[in-house]
Amino acid sequence: MQAVIKKKAKELLECGTVDRVLGWKAGEFFYDLTPAVFTTAEEIDKDFVYSVFSGANMSKYLIEETKKDGKVAAFITPCDSYSLVQLQKEHRIKRENCYIVGLACDGMCDMGMIRDAGIKGATAVSEKDGKLVLETIYGEKTMDKKDALLERCAHCKSKKVVDFDEMIGENGEDDPNCGRFDEVEKLEAMTPDERFAFWRAQLSRCIRCNACRNVCPACSCEKCVFDNPDSGIAQKAAASDFEENNFHIIRAFHVAGRCTDCGECSRVCPQNIPLHLLNRKFIKDMNELYGFYQAGADFETKPPVMNYTTGDAEPSIVYQRGGRK
Amino acid sequence: MKKIAKAKIDDLFKAISEKEVLYLPVDDAQGQAAFIPWKKGLKMSEDLNTGRSAKDLFFPQVESLVNFKMDGKKLEIIDAAREKDPFVIFGVRPCDAKSFEILDKVFYYSEPVDSFYIDRRDRSTVVVLACSAPEETCFCQAFGIDQSEAAGGDVSAWMDGETLYLKAVTEKGEALLEGLPLEDADDKAVDGLKKDMKAIMDKLPLKDLDLSKFGPGKTQELFDDPAWARLSESCLGCGTCTFVCPTCQCFDIKDFDGGKQIRRFRCWDSCMYSDFTQMSAGQPRPTQKERFRQRFMHKLVYYPDMHEGMFSCVGCGRCLRKCPIHMNIVKVIKTIGEEK
Amino acid sequence: MYQDALIPKLGVVTQIRVETPDVKTFRVIGIDGKKPFVHIPGQCAMLSIPGVGEALFSITSSPTVEEFIEFSIKKCGCVTDWLHSMEEGQEITIRGPYGNGFPVDTDFVGKDLLFVAGGIGLAPLHSVINYCRAHREKYGKIDVVYGSRSMADLVDYKEILDDWMKEDGIDVHLTIDNAQPEWDGHVGFVPNYVTELNPDVSKTVVMCGPPVMIKFTLAGLMDLGFDRKNIYTTLELKMKCAIGRCGRCNIGSKFVCKDGPVFRFDELDELPNEY
Repeated sequence: MQAVIKKKAKELLECGTVDRVLGWKAGEFFYDLTPAVFTTAEEIDKDFVYSVFSGANMSKYLIEETKKDGKVAAFITPCDSYSLVQLQKEHRIKRENCYIVGLACDGMCDMGMIRDAGIKGATAVSEKDGKLVLETIYGEKTMDKKDALLERCAHCKSKKVVDFDEMIGENGEDDPNCGRFDEVEKLEAMTPDERFAFWRAQLSRCIRCNACRNVCPACSCEKCVFDNPDSGIAQKAAASDFEENNFHIIRAFHVAGRCTDCGECSRVCPQNIPLHLLNRKFIKDMNELYGFYQAGADFETKPPVMNYTTGDAEPSIVYQRGGRK
Repeated sequence: MKKIAKAKIDDLFKAISEKEVLYLPVDDAQGQAAFIPWKKGLKMSEDLNTGRSAKDLFFPQVESLVNFKMDGKKLEIIDAAREKDPFVIFGVRPCDAKSFEILDKVFYYSEPVDSFYIDRRDRSTVVVLACSAPEETCFCQAFGIDQSEAAGGDVSAWMDGETLYLKAVTEKGEALLEGLPLEDADDKAVDGLKKDMKAIMDKLPLKDLDLSKFGPGKTQELFDDPAWARLSESCLGCGTCTFVCPTCQCFDIKDFDGGKQIRRFRCWDSCMYSDFTQMSAGQPRPTQKERFRQRFMHKLVYYPDMHEGMFSCVGCGRCLRKCPIHMNIVKVIKTIGEEK
Repeated sequence: MYQDALIPKLGVVTQIRVETPDVKTFRVIGIDGKKPFVHIPGQCAMLSIPGVGEALFSITSSPTVEEFIEFSIKKCGCVTDWLHSMEEGQEITIRGPYGNGFPVDTDFVGKDLLFVAGGIGLAPLHSVINYCRAHREKYGKIDVVYGSRSMADLVDYKEILDDWMKEDGIDVHLTIDNAQPEWDGHVGFVPNYVTELNPDVSKTVVMCGPPVMIKFTLAGLMDLGFDRKNIYTTLELKMKCAIGRCGRCNIGSKFVCKDGPVFRFDELDELPNEY
């Protein structure tokens, strides 16, 4: 796959289709790839890497990249493509300034999962029969690739690239039975006290680094409310546990209906807080109340919370679901 | 040198915690190690290091400085509550132990001293645990740290599959070990262990990281390096690297009006944030490039300028693991100053 | 009570004078009725209104004033808005003094001094000018070039007219940006006025004002043949701790709060251009 992608990237530059290519640049190790802009074939030959560790989404970078002169090519995986469409609907990405190559994707791996599986000091990786073979400073180790997948990939909602100029690999389909709401159901089954305890245990570990917000394609405000020095809540450590909750809940509300469930928030959290569960709860609720809706799946529909139809659930139903009688 | 069988390690933790509060690296709800006060049933984490650094115990994310009561034109200053109990941090790795030395230069030995930090440092007893199983992200050797030596604390400790060895290196350390359920051991008992550790240290991919381009007096040479723009291009401007870093010590001072009293607290701040230097009159670091450059120049040039050539990095590798886009100090060290 | 550099002391604002439409001068004494601390001209102090915030201000009054310290403050943000809205008798917090200050007892001694200020930039210079006036014998001739947008924006106008201009050995050159009917003085920008006055290159220059004024005045002085070693300015960057620790006011390896705010231009030349 990497060879095909690199060939395509060079071809797009050489024939003048684009001026720049957005991709992943090799790091010190096999897994620490950094999003980067490439402008020459030599750079691509030298440093462009596409692997199961190319998990960092590209769509958010397109906000700034498509503001620049000229055209940029981006390689977009299925989950990332939903963000790409959603950002176009919000007029954040200038589609005419980018050339989108869709990528068929089998899921991305996460170094954290590999470390959690007890494999330490990994210096090289190869794939064999659905297994990752890792060379480490403590010898060769093997694990199932499926156990190393990012959470979002373990419950992949769709293998379909929804917007592209061309595809590499065969485009797939969405999977309504991916089980991505299973964890949410477990939370729903808890008593309110248990649930509160669960979220306090998680959110109290937040260090307010803003990684979740800054990586989130739905968080594309020019100036975030949490960056307003006059707000009293400006991007600093929380003064109270209320603030720890507040930041994440406000953010979840703000992206409700626009969150495509790309899972970047949980991927980047240095404290491993399962932030995607908050967003998924919102998505699940909206699906149940207003009918199935997938943000970024198309260019036409409006998110249920931004749209009124006569078929909408009555407020009383929403009220009762909150446990109030 | 003292020792205790690993099977009995809970007895040791219990005995210590009867004397003082014992902070131990314990896996949290998501399986990441964090320093947590020990209580019965808590197991020491198997992880090489904690997700957040040990600096938290001396320079916490949020701490109250002082409280105020305001009534019209009248103002009253009220002391903020301070903890008084001594505590033990067990299992600090040599890199984090070195970070205390770096923080000490800022908070402990620079005038005016920081009473909050000093108070915590003086109340603490640090047990440094040598690294039996370093990982590929470790590059402390570049900063002269020996993972097999367990230096920089009050007690040095080594652990193999069966035994924990402890050696007091300060008076405070001696006092801690006194009366604990330990057996005597020969100083040579850990020689084999150290040798094994050194063999692993030799295999670490970043052990030869070259810092010769950095250090005091390099500002003019490196400040306008064109690579800063390239390296910072994908930086998301979050504060992850600064918050997990054991040596990042920038802070903000904020007021929180709780109604009855106003609490003035300090909290971690990050040079990666746009408002860090934003004034109503202007912004000296207008883009992520300048903010990014500030962080690494501070660690590799400015801090050494101010503190006898010492770098403000210990090679713990947290930023390598935690940066959402895998940009980190190693990439900066390898890239900046290369183009002539 | 706990003692720490970051824990402030109480102060009382005993007098508030309106200087211009957006500048007021605040007189502060300690809660014990005495001057809160002794300072060097050019040093700063942290004032705060709990719940609103803390900010660093230049001390405007001369160290020779025994009873109080004063701050001329322009309304331009959260803390300054609050200060401007308060009344006399208000208790606030104060900590300081911070920074290096001007070398009034070393490098300035025996020198002819040229002070160049624009707008609120007079605030830190006011302290050093009055200090030099009080120790007149230590210094040579004193010139002050001070400009503002309009007559109404000249800070300390009354004191300048009544005291400074009537004194021997001190020449005050005032200018405003645009002509006004009631103004018979010089009209024009400060940098041009400095060049027009053609000061002798042996003078020691002290500048404070908006960046654009500093930039062009400096260029003019360079053209006249001044040595950057003899030109001083005082800088302002965002600060929280004022003791070289919170990490935001550095220019390269120098903290403006601790190593500054007073710098010579030859010193600034050694620092990266990030201020």
